[in-house]
Amino acid sequence: MSSEALELGDDALIAAQRLAEWCASAPELEEDLALANIALDQLGAARLFLSYAGEADGRTEDDLAYLRDDREFRNCLLAELPNGDFAVTMAKLLFLAAAQKLRYDALAAGPDARLAAIAAKTRKETAYHLDHAARWVVRLGDGTAESHRRMQDAVDALWPYTHELGERAAWLALVEPVLAEATLDRPADGWAPAGGRDGVHTEHLSYLLAEMQVVHRAHPGARW
Amino acid sequence: MDDALLTQVEAAESDLRTAAAARLAASTFDEVIAADQKIEPRDAMPEAYRKTLIRQIAQHAHSEIIGMQPEGNWISRAPSLKRKAILLAKVQDEAGHGLYLYAAAETLGVSRADLVDALLDGRQKYSSIFNYPTLTWADVGAIGWLVDGAAIVNQVPLCRCSYGPYARAMIRVCKEESFHQRQGYEILHTLAHGTEAQHAMAQDALDRWWYPSLAMFGPPDADSTHSERSMAWKIKRFSNDELRQRFVDMCVGQAEILGLRIPDDGLRWNEQRGAYDFTAPDYAELMRVIKGDGPCNRQRIEHRRRAHAEGAWVREAAEAYARKHATATVAA
Amino acid sequence: MSGWPLWEVFVRPRRGLAHGHVGSLHAPDAEMALRNARDVYTRRQEGVSIWVVSAAAITASSPDEKDAFFDPAADKVYRHPTFYDVPEGAKHL
Repeated sequence: MSSEALELGDDALIAAQRLAEWCASAPELEEDLALANIALDQLGAARLFLSYAGEADGRTEDDLAYLRDDREFRNCLLAELPNGDFAVTMAKLLFLAAAQKLRYDALAAGPDARLAAIAAKTRKETAYHLDHAARWVVRLGDGTAESHRRMQDAVDALWPYTHELGERAAWLALVEPVLAEATLDRPADGWAPAGGRDGVHTEHLSYLLAEMQVVHRAHPGARW
Repeated sequence: MDDALLTQVEAAESDLRTAAAARLAASTFDEVIAADQKIEPRDAMPEAYRKTLIRQIAQHAHSEIIGMQPEGNWISRAPSLKRKAILLAKVQDEAGHGLYLYAAAETLGVSRADLVDALLDGRQKYSSIFNYPTLTWADVGAIGWLVDGAAIVNQVPLCRCSYGPYARAMIRVCKEESFHQRQGYEILHTLAHGTEAQHAMAQDALDRWWYPSLAMFGPPDADSTHSERSMAWKIKRFSNDELRQRFVDMCVGQAEILGLRIPDDGLRWNEQRGAYDFTAPDYAELMRVIKGDGPCNRQRIEHRRRAHAEGAWVREAAEAYARKHATATVAA
Repeated sequence: MSGWPLWEVFVRPRRGLAHGHVGSLHAPDAEMALRNARDVYTRRQEGVSIWVVSAAAITASSPDEKDAFFDPAADKVYRHPTFYDVPEGAKHL
């Protein structure tokens, strides 16, 4: 099984599941539509990557999404962390979309033709996600005193989890200018939790999966 | 199943163009209404017409927004990734439809912020149907088939409403909603032809959603307070009971194909009327739910209030940023 | 409560067609309005180009001026090609 496809598929699936939790709860109606669009893009990417990842041993996208336990998921820890407030969600999206964009760009030019075709599609979507998150991080960072405090708190709390995202230098080159424009401090590097790529997750993932998988698992073999 | 309805939407759109092209000398409000032309935002109009429209369009917009909750409740648990994507896109459409409708109401001189306040403090209502809980995955199917089906029957005539912005919003909404009813019907069809447990889940959903769906058309004509004047103003084109009958007649054949039983022992074809006789919904229950005592009224409005309150700092931050940078641009 | 300002949205459906008004939305500033317009009004591939205009920046004719604005054009039938008699046999006119 392509471990790259599985990692990218799981990142996108868990991100979609978290973003969809915002449905009917966004700060304004227009943002509800925007978050749903991003969640739909992530879900679409997840389906493409998981379908490809499962082909080798005859598993479908749903087999992989619904019938694996948390120890078998390969997503980064950042994706599974709870949404928090809107600042946390936008920081998560900024950090994840920057990493996704870099990996998609590399894949699109890579040797695996199937992955390259998927990445050619998803990199355009991710560019939009990155833009959306960056605009919000800038507005919240450079908005009111309260929004600045919340945005800085979010960046500080999530920063350790960004070490797991791969290619650090290129990633920092995408993220640091956004933080600067947002008048936010770039946190110091230090604690660097990891394990997602090996299936050792935070306590949050198993709850997320319990909810996501409950109906599917209650009716083994059923069609939907 | 909605080909016929979509054809009606397109006919309404083409009649709108024909009437617009007629270049009638209509200029007063009454002449425009009589000529089947559209009233536009800055035209002179009776104050009661304006108020009736604001009330109706706002109620319609609120229904779309509150309606996101019962279905949104199942996005996280949708049993396949395909169903999850479809449901998320559908609930997103509802946000979009609420947005189009608030925009139509705003052309009448109210602000969305004021309408949202009126929803949150209970001065304006939304459709009673969304005060019922979604208890199983099959409820998502039942809402698509029955609730969206009833909504479309209600909405298609609104594509011919005399107020231009409302008619145009409804044309857009109806076109986009054509997939909503089909996805619900498809869910129920799959369940009804699946395992025994799935079939039972589908029948249970139909049992619970049938009468609340019939109640969506409002009180019987004899008790309907706003109907007559709205008909004269061509805001409304058919009575509550006419639309309810149309809905029942559509559903009977569709339920047969599903292999599910509509929970009404009184349901039978009436040769004379050329329509089905059916048991009316419990209108006393409808009034109780409208007045606030349905199973989920408190929960739905509390969710909306919380989302609105928790979003306040975000909306303020964006405004503050815009103010700062507008000044900066001018200064530069 | 004030709320974000209102923006009018214009979409070019396909190359070769003019931008047409499709609706409105609320946004804190022009950049966000443009992006919101993309998310709200082009979910089904309805457009290839979007304009947003602050509703406050639009100057509109008022219904009171309708007669003065638009009636004078009514008697200028000579502006339309159908006003003219074309002699029999004349082509390419």
